[in-house]
Amino acid sequence: MHQATTIQVTVNGSSHERTVEPRLLLSDFLRHELRLTGTHVGCEHGVCGACTVLLDGEAVRSCLVFAVQTDGREITTVEGLGTPDDLHPLQQAFQEAHGLQCGFCTPGFLMSLIPFLEENPNPSEGEIREALSGNLCRCTGYQNIVEAVRLAAEKLQGS
Amino acid sequence: MSTRVFGQPIRRQEDPRLLTGRALFVDDIDLPGMLHVAFVRSDFAHARLGTVDVNAVRDRPGVAAVYTADDLGDYWQPGPLLVPPPPIERITFNQRTQVPLAKGKVHHVGEPIAVVVAESRYLAEDAVAEIFADLEPLDAVVDLEAAVAPDSPLVHDDIEGNLAAHVIQEKGDYQAVRGKADLLLERRFHYDHGTAAAMENRGVVAAWDERGQRLQIWDTTQAPIPIRNGLAGMLGLSESQVQVVAPFLGGGFGPKIMMFYPEEVLIPWIAMRLGRPVKWIEDRQENFFATTQERDQVHEAELAMTRDGRILGIRDVFLHDTGAYAPYGLTVPINSQCTLLGPYDVPHYYSEFKAVFTNKPIVTPYRGAGRQHGVFVMERLLDLAARELGLDPVEIRRRNYLPSDAFPHNHQIIYQDFTPLTYDSGNYEPILDKAVEMIGYRDFVSEEQPRLRKQGRRVGIGVVSYVEGTGIGPYEGARVTVQASGKVHLATGVGTQGQGHFTSFAQVVAEQLGVEVTDVSVTTGDTAELHWGTGTFASRGAVVAGNACHAAALEVRQKILKLASEELEVAEEDLELRDGKVGVRGVPEKVIALGELAQLANPLRGAVKPGTEPGLEATTYFGPDRGATAAGVHAMIVEVDPETWLVECKRYVVVHDCGTVINPLILEGQIEGGVAQGIGNAFYEHLVFNSEGQLMNASFMDYLLPTATDVPPIESAHLVTPSPLNPLGIKGAGEAGAIPVGPLFAQAIENALYDVDLEILEIPLSPNRLFELVAEQKE
Repeated sequence: MHQATTIQVTVNGSSHERTVEPRLLLSDFLRHELRLTGTHVGCEHGVCGACTVLLDGEAVRSCLVFAVQTDGREITTVEGLGTPDDLHPLQQAFQEAHGLQCGFCTPGFLMSLIPFLEENPNPSEGEIREALSGNLCRCTGYQNIVEAVRLAAEKLQGS
Repeated sequence: MSTRVFGQPIRRQEDPRLLTGRALFVDDIDLPGMLHVAFVRSDFAHARLGTVDVNAVRDRPGVAAVYTADDLGDYWQPGPLLVPPPPIERITFNQRTQVPLAKGKVHHVGEPIAVVVAESRYLAEDAVAEIFADLEPLDAVVDLEAAVAPDSPLVHDDIEGNLAAHVIQEKGDYQAVRGKADLLLERRFHYDHGTAAAMENRGVVAAWDERGQRLQIWDTTQAPIPIRNGLAGMLGLSESQVQVVAPFLGGGFGPKIMMFYPEEVLIPWIAMRLGRPVKWIEDRQENFFATTQERDQVHEAELAMTRDGRILGIRDVFLHDTGAYAPYGLTVPINSQCTLLGPYDVPHYYSEFKAVFTNKPIVTPYRGAGRQHGVFVMERLLDLAARELGLDPVEIRRRNYLPSDAFPHNHQIIYQDFTPLTYDSGNYEPILDKAVEMIGYRDFVSEEQPRLRKQGRRVGIGVVSYVEGTGIGPYEGARVTVQASGKVHLATGVGTQGQGHFTSFAQVVAEQLGVEVTDVSVTTGDTAELHWGTGTFASRGAVVAGNACHAAALEVRQKILKLASEELEVAEEDLELRDGKVGVRGVPEKVIALGELAQLANPLRGAVKPGTEPGLEATTYFGPDRGATAAGVHAMIVEVDPETWLVECKRYVVVHDCGTVINPLILEGQIEGGVAQGIGNAFYEHLVFNSEGQLMNASFMDYLLPTATDVPPIESAHLVTPSPLNPLGIKGAGEAGAIPVGPLFAQAIENALYDVDLEILEIPLSPNRLFELVAEQKE
C-alpha cells in the first residue's frame, strides 16, 4: 500500500532509527513511535501551535511535517528543555508568572519561544505578543504568558 | 499555626509536570495491543438513513471490527437525561437525548453512524472513507424562528413544532405595572455564543481486564464519577469493577461535562467485546460537530421604567436553540432567564421561553452557560433606557442595584439548581465605584474623550454589571490522610481542567494541618480514590469541593489533636500544629511529627479501644443549601477605526467579588482567561451555519479564537463579600470573566461612534458586521 521508509533522526540528543510510512505525521511519530507525549496535538491543521517542536533549531508545527521529511535532522521537543526538578529558565518563568492553566498548549508556546528569545533577547511587549500570536491558548488570556516571556528574557540575560 | 497559606498567591504545584511535557493527558495513554477508532459521521444535518454498507471494509487488513446501530443490540439506548427539568409549574418538556449510533434518521452533521476499530488511527480512517451510508437528505431545521413556524420540517418526527420545552416564570404582575411606566422600551435581541474550543479535543481509552474482571477507562470528562456509575449500569458491571480516570485535561469549559457522549458509551463496550484496549481521540473537525456547543437565543424584551430611571418591571420572551437533542435539560435557558435579573431590583418580571430542536449540534453549557444571553438583554435595555432618559450609563445601574441590606434576596423564580433564585450576599455599589475609579471614567468622559473626538478619533467607554450564580449543589467529597511519611494526601472526586486544584485544595488542607503546601499531594478525578461526587461545573469546584477539603482537614486536625493530647498528656487546647508536627505551645521539646502520630494511629499489633478508627484520616462531604452569587463590573475603553472597523481595546478593568479568595494568582488567571473567551464571543467567534445546517467554518482557520494580539492586558481588583452558605465564605469565579463582555463591547462601541445613531442589539460583532450595521443606519 505505502512504501515504508527508514529514517534516522536525532531527538533531544538521542539518535533513533525507525521505519515509517511516508504519510506518518511528525507529531504522531514523536508521540506514538518515540513516546515523547509532551508534544500535544490541538488541531492538526497548523493553526493552534500546540505541536510546535524545533527542527534543526527552527520552530515548526509537527502536525504539518511528515516524519520522513526529518530524516537525518535534529529535533528538540519539550522533553529536551528541562526536567521537573531542573526547569529551564523559560519554564521557571511560566510557573512564576502563572503562564499556564490546563497546560495543554504550553509545550508549543515554550518551543516557539526558545528560538524567539535567542533571536530577540530583549523583546518589547508588542514583539512578545506578535511572537505569541501563532499559538492559541484558551485558558490564560495570554497576559501571564506575556509576563512569563518578559521574566524569561530577564532570566536568560542574567544567566 | 505556621505561616498562613490560605489566601496566598502560591505558585502551582502541578506546573513542573505540565511544563516539562510529563503530565498525563488521555491521548498519552499507550497500552499493549491497543486498537484505534474512527467514526463514520453524517455529512448531512437531516437525512433518512438507509443501509450502511460496511462489508467492503470488514475484511480490510488492519481492521478489527466495524459496528453500526444494528450491531449494538440492546446496548443501543438513548442517553440518560442528565438534568431533569426544574420544578416549575406549567412547564412543557419533551425529552429527547442522543443515541450511540444513528438509526433511521440523522439529526445533525457529525452524528455518528458507524464505528471502525483498527490497528492504527490511520487504518481506521482509511476504512471510514470506504463505508457507504445511504443518506436521503431532508429539509433541515436551521433558523430558530423558522423552526417554530407551523410549516417547519420536524427534527424529531413525533415532536410537534420542534418544541423541546416551554417555560414561563414570573414574579409580581408585569402587565399591571407596565401601565404605570413613564418609559416603555421594547427591543429584539439576538445573542449567539460559540464553541468552547478547549485546546485538547475529547478522547476515551478503555481497557477490559478479563482475568481481573475490571474495566479501566481514561476519559476527558469533567465528571468521572457519574461516568463510572452510568457505564457500570449500562455494561452490567458492578460499580467497583469500573475505574474512570480523568487525568490532566486540556481545558473543559463545560462541554466536557456533557454525558454520555456516544463515544463514551461505545469505546468501553468495544474494549470489552474485543478484549483489547481501545482508544478514540477526537480530531478538531469532529470537535466542531460532535462536541456540544452553545448557540443563539432571540429575545423580545420590554423594560418598564420610571422617569428617574428605576426599573418597574421587565417582560422577556425568547427562543433558545438546543440543537438536535437536549440531554442537559434546561440549564442553559434557565440560566439566561435567571441571570437577566443581574444585580438589580426588578419588582415585576415576566419571562417566557421556548427551547427549540434544530438540526444542529447539541447545545449544553459552555462557560457562562446561558448567563451571557440574559446579561446582554438586561444591560442593553439599561443602556438604551439611559439614552432615552438622558442618564449616565453608570448612574442608571447604580439607581437599580439591590441595596447591601437586601440580602439574602429571593427573586421568587426557580434557578437551575431547582431552588428559588436567592442571592446569598452582595454589595454592588462599591464594585461599581471601584471600577469607575480604576478606569478613570469621569476624566475620560469629561476631558480625554472630548479632546480625542476633536482630533477625529472614535473612542468610547463602557461599564456593565452582572452577577454569576456559582457553587451549586448537590455535594462533593474529600478524603484527607496523614501518611506515615508525615506527608498528607488529599483525594477529591472532581476532575481538573486547569483550575489549579492541586494547589488551591492543598492550600485549604495545609492551612488546617500546619504543613507545607508542597507536602500535600492531591488526586483529582480518579474514581479509585474517591467515588462519591458529581463533577467540575457551574463554578463550583472551589466552593463545594473546596469546602469538603476544608471539612475533611478539620476532622483530621481533631484526630491529630485528640491522639497527640493522649500521647503528650496535655490538653488539646494547649497544642498547636506547625511545620508538620504537633506540639505543646511554648514547649518546643514536647512535640510529635505528624508521620509518627499517623503510625501510632495505625498499630500493627495489640488492641485498640472499641470504635477506634485507624489512621489520621477523614472523608467528609459538603453540600450547600443553594448556590452562592458572585458579582462584578467590567469597564473598557475602545477605539474604533472607521476605515477597517477594527475595535481596539485600550483599557480593560474587572472588579469582582467572589467572596473569600483561596489563591489570588489562580483567581486572576481564571478572570483573565474568562475575559479572553468573552472577547472571542463578542468580536471574533461565530459558528456560521448555512441553510442546510452545514457549519461553514469548522476549523481554526475560519473560526477565530482570540490570539495574544487581540486580548488586552486586564487590570483587576477584588472586593470580598463572603458567602454565608459555606464555612470558607467562598463564591465561584470560573465563568465570571466571560459573562458580561458582549454588552460591554456594544456599549463602548456605541459610545465611540457618537456621530452614528447606532443601537447594537446583537452579538457576536466583527469588523464586517459593524460596517454593515453602520451602513444600515446611514441609509
